[in-house]
Amino acid sequence: MTAGGAVGQLTRLLALIPWLLQRPGVSIAVAADEFGITEDQLRSDLGLAFFCGLPGHLPDDLIDVSLEDDRIVVTNADTIARPLRLAPDEAVALLAGLRALTEVPSPTGPDVLDRVIAKLERAAGDAADAHRNVTVAIEGAGASREALGAALREGRRLALDYYVPARDEVTSREVDPIRLLVVDGHTYLEGWCLLADDLRIFRLDRIEKATVLDLPASPRPAPPERPLIFDSEAASWRVRLAVGKNAEWVVDAYPCEVVTSEPELVVDLPVADLGWARQLVLRLGGTVRPLAPAELIEAVRRDAEEALAPYQGG
Amino acid sequence: MAAPRTERLLNLVICLLASTRFVTKEQVRRAVPQYADCATDEAFERMFERDKDDLREMGIPLETGSNDVLFDDEIGYRIPRDAYALPEIAFDSQELAVLGVAARMWQHATLAGATGRAIRKLESAGIDVDREALSVVEPRIDAAEPAFAALWDAVQQRRRVRFEYARGGGTAARRVVQPWGLVSWHGRWYIVGHDEDRDDTRVFRLSRILGEVSAVGAAGSVVVPPGVDISASVRMLAQPAPTQMARLRIATGRALPLRRLGAVVAEEPDAMVVDVPFDDVEQLASTITGFGPSVLVISPDELCDAVARRLTSTLRALAVTGSGEPS
Repeated sequence: MTAGGAVGQLTRLLALIPWLLQRPGVSIAVAADEFGITEDQLRSDLGLAFFCGLPGHLPDDLIDVSLEDDRIVVTNADTIARPLRLAPDEAVALLAGLRALTEVPSPTGPDVLDRVIAKLERAAGDAADAHRNVTVAIEGAGASREALGAALREGRRLALDYYVPARDEVTSREVDPIRLLVVDGHTYLEGWCLLADDLRIFRLDRIEKATVLDLPASPRPAPPERPLIFDSEAASWRVRLAVGKNAEWVVDAYPCEVVTSEPELVVDLPVADLGWARQLVLRLGGTVRPLAPAELIEAVRRDAEEALAPYQGG
Repeated sequence: MAAPRTERLLNLVICLLASTRFVTKEQVRRAVPQYADCATDEAFERMFERDKDDLREMGIPLETGSNDVLFDDEIGYRIPRDAYALPEIAFDSQELAVLGVAARMWQHATLAGATGRAIRKLESAGIDVDREALSVVEPRIDAAEPAFAALWDAVQQRRRVRFEYARGGGTAARRVVQPWGLVSWHGRWYIVGHDEDRDDTRVFRLSRILGEVSAVGAAGSVVVPPGVDISASVRMLAQPAPTQMARLRIATGRALPLRRLGAVVAEEPDAMVVDVPFDDVEQLASTITGFGPSVLVISPDELCDAVARRLTSTLRALAVTGSGEPS
């Protein structure tokens, strides 16, 4: 027998008994699933509790467990009826998660999150001290935070000025908001775009301006379970690039297919928009050479010549 | 089998929780059947000492004291109920919905497990967490880096860690670090702490840690210096403190990410003049050339030269393509 085993089992029992007391008649299957253990493990936990109780250990002192038709009823466990305080790792995980939501637009109104955090910090006591040691920074919505929260809360249509990086321009459109997603530290609004008449995903830090319209959002079909934020199938172009020595990180950073590595590294990169590829090539300043398509080569040449002209004029 | 030990510990917890007075060691021995079965005093003493350590390790507040301070009573033990139990706490329906969002946000098994245990404790105290509510917010926070679980444990237990850390050029170096905290920044995890060999504060990217992270030394040996702002150290690493100022002319509606970094100092009919703080000339020049003719550098000269040089290189590279491989 190991100390870890006994300590682990006792920790579980001290959580399990109060949970069962709140749910008289819960099924073994549901309880085992909730605690992430097998039904056999749960039965052995319950069998053990059955022999425990107050000093004296007369029948009236012992915890009573009844199992009928696989339904659990626990009684006579007043001493351990309340759960143990939050352990430090529990308080840290819960509070760090809630704190991460601070920058995300809130459909419940701005104060609710702060109230929940304050109540949990009070309840956790010393265990909450460590929670600042785990921080999740999420890019929020900046100035449009309030408008997005209100539109979701009230089910209203939004007017968005949205920056499209691939085209380097701000577009105006109306959107019926559906939900907010947080993926890889960025927050996205998923909504029905009336301009595209389709589901679209907007990264919140690219929203230049959001205005709540005096129009209800129309009911829309439910979005897919997992959002398609990075969808390589949507790629409509294959760009061929010759990658110089100083730019080999490009191959790791983007979903490139190596065409050849001799005499120089050549890769194919699927992209949704040629504008994005044009920006990439321009940023890399000659360390990456576009080989195809011709439209890309021409666009890079035009932009570079036009951008260079004012510096040469002086 | 842990069962007999678990049974003994559970009886001990119930015995010490049930009494408001301090319970002497002899009383404990009589009250808990598994202690009463001990053949010798010595066996009981050993068992009891170990059990007390286990309860304290679990975070159970085990107090030592005597019932009467005037008379030098024998030392006893108790677990005060209000220090043991989750305090009474109430949430309104909106707050319960927010808790529901928190319950499902962690994707990593370690953190999802810890959050699940916390939520179950709240539910066991009669708090009806609304796990299905607010489906309009779906935050997912992951920690795909293999080093995460070991570092999370080390931070919780305040233990030193040792790991191999990749440097540029395919080499690696062993680091011994006193970990202060974990930060997720733009979807990547970093550990901040005191690097013992370099005797300085360092930030490490978890994705560059190679192989296993081993905890060294005793739990509780790492002390986070007061006033340390862990997430600020990561922000500073990701975005070094700007030392210079660039003045740019940005065409209206263009280069929003660049415009956001600075302050608009003048509006022109089809452009705005923006002052952008920066640290690294080449890095800013790279960002600027990405926007092509939409951004023009006004000052400093050093930045003008870097942008012009990059654009010239781009055109020179295109000339190679044009001559060597007709498309």
